[in-house]
Amino acid sequence: MTTNRERKEPASSSNRWLQDIYDKHRRKKRSIQSRVLTVQLSLLLLFFAWWEAAGRMKWIDVLLFSYPTKIFSNIWDNIVTGELWGHLGITVGETVVGFLLGTLVGTLLAVIIWWSPFLNKVLDPYMVVFNSMPKVALGPIFIVMFGAGFTAIVVTTLSITVIVTTLVVYNSFNEVDSNLIKVVRTFGGTKRQVFQRVILPASYPAIVSTLKVNVGMAWVGVIVGEFLVAKSGLGYLIMYGFQVFNFTLVLSSLLIIAVVATAMYQIVVYIERKLLAHR
Amino acid sequence: MVPVVELNDITHVYVTDREASLAVEGIDLSVEPGEFVSLVGPSGCGKTTILSVIAGLLQPTKGTAIVNGKQVSGPSPEVGYMLQQDYLFPWRTIMDNALIGLELTERLNPDSRSEVQSLLKEMGLAGSGPLYPAQLSGGMRQRVALVRTLATDPGLLLLDEPFSALDYQTKLQLEDLIVETLRERGKTAILVTHDLSEAIAMSDRVVLLNRNPGRIHRMFAVPENIRAVQPFYARKEPGFNELFHEIWGEMQRIGKE
Repeated sequence: MTTNRERKEPASSSNRWLQDIYDKHRRKKRSIQSRVLTVQLSLLLLFFAWWEAAGRMKWIDVLLFSYPTKIFSNIWDNIVTGELWGHLGITVGETVVGFLLGTLVGTLLAVIIWWSPFLNKVLDPYMVVFNSMPKVALGPIFIVMFGAGFTAIVVTTLSITVIVTTLVVYNSFNEVDSNLIKVVRTFGGTKRQVFQRVILPASYPAIVSTLKVNVGMAWVGVIVGEFLVAKSGLGYLIMYGFQVFNFTLVLSSLLIIAVVATAMYQIVVYIERKLLAHR
Repeated sequence: MVPVVELNDITHVYVTDREASLAVEGIDLSVEPGEFVSLVGPSGCGKTTILSVIAGLLQPTKGTAIVNGKQVSGPSPEVGYMLQQDYLFPWRTIMDNALIGLELTERLNPDSRSEVQSLLKEMGLAGSGPLYPAQLSGGMRQRVALVRTLATDPGLLLLDEPFSALDYQTKLQLEDLIVETLRERGKTAILVTHDLSEAIAMSDRVVLLNRNPGRIHRMFAVPENIRAVQPFYARKEPGFNELFHEIWGEMQRIGKE
């Protein structure tokens, strides 16, 4: 009987058959995804529930570890009084400026050493030394140079991000297929044209991916900078909370940093996907 | 007739940190307008070096290269170069890839743009202008590369093993397409290839090179009846096999030296 039907409408029946297999695949994939999400959410809830219980039953030292409802109500109070926004705004501002400027300056430096192989050879050991040094140790010098504030914190961030960016971007400049360069050269293209038409567009993915790395690095730079300078910002809140032994404030700030840093990272990932849609 | 290409006693040395090595030595070659010449020989015979010198990508250590009566001092729009693979820019559309030469030589205008458009159509690529290279098959991509090379209207084409990355069927189709296109437009061409039958089927003259260092060993004129037909049918023409075996035997002899 089935053979009979197949003979009558072979195309649609084979289509249905393929569709069935495809649907099965999709269902399976979706069920795996939902199971992963369920476990992830349960883990998070379980962690908070345990933390809450442990805090309230005094299994852990509340002074040190606080507990979730206390932290959330603290964050809520800060939102209501409006105190949070000022600190958050300053920190986010410093981070955004830090990672954008870090990527920009690092890329420019990569362009310069790509342009002049001589300068590259000259600067190489200095970059290696500077890159291996713990840049945070330079923080006090930046504070003296630029004053305790926005500039010093951004410069601290730059000291962390610039050289790494330069090395990664320069590396990607060098890894561009030499035959693509040859295409431009056979048309009599100049070095400038080679850079504009081949090297730079071919390196966009690398540059955008340093943007992703630099988001994380910029947060380190900004928070450390705020630890040192301490007038406002989330890093300052952490430091202040620590000094007055208000660990609820410390943990609230940490939680906010985690949320905002993740959001920022996701924005960069989104931009990356838009920019590199065709590759 | 003034030859399109004249190589006079070209010698080139490659210098690395370890040594200076002789790539080609004493190359004398002249190519007439409209002629299709193939360079064949064992690997390491300096075929690509000779092409690079003609293209102006490489300054020969000794000797002079003259193209269209002028000494070569650098790449010029009069000479088109096709590489082993298409090397289309993946971030550019097919149309933008085909236009890159015009862009670089600052000759991009509505006229030249529409010319490239019709060139794409001629190569069976109508409608693929807004697509990206990744969406095209290997044969189509190499045809785009041909359009890119022809877009600046060079009188001389240098073909550096342009079929080596393609499957056999596509390669045979492209051989016909290229020979036809170049013949129609009266272009001069120099082809570098590993494939002896391809060299005989496509060209008017086959230059056999010797290696270490690269020297011209012998030249073979391709008989009129083979030159008259498309490369695909050339392989069936009388005399094709004899020439193939003659050059093949000569290559074997070089290899044993």
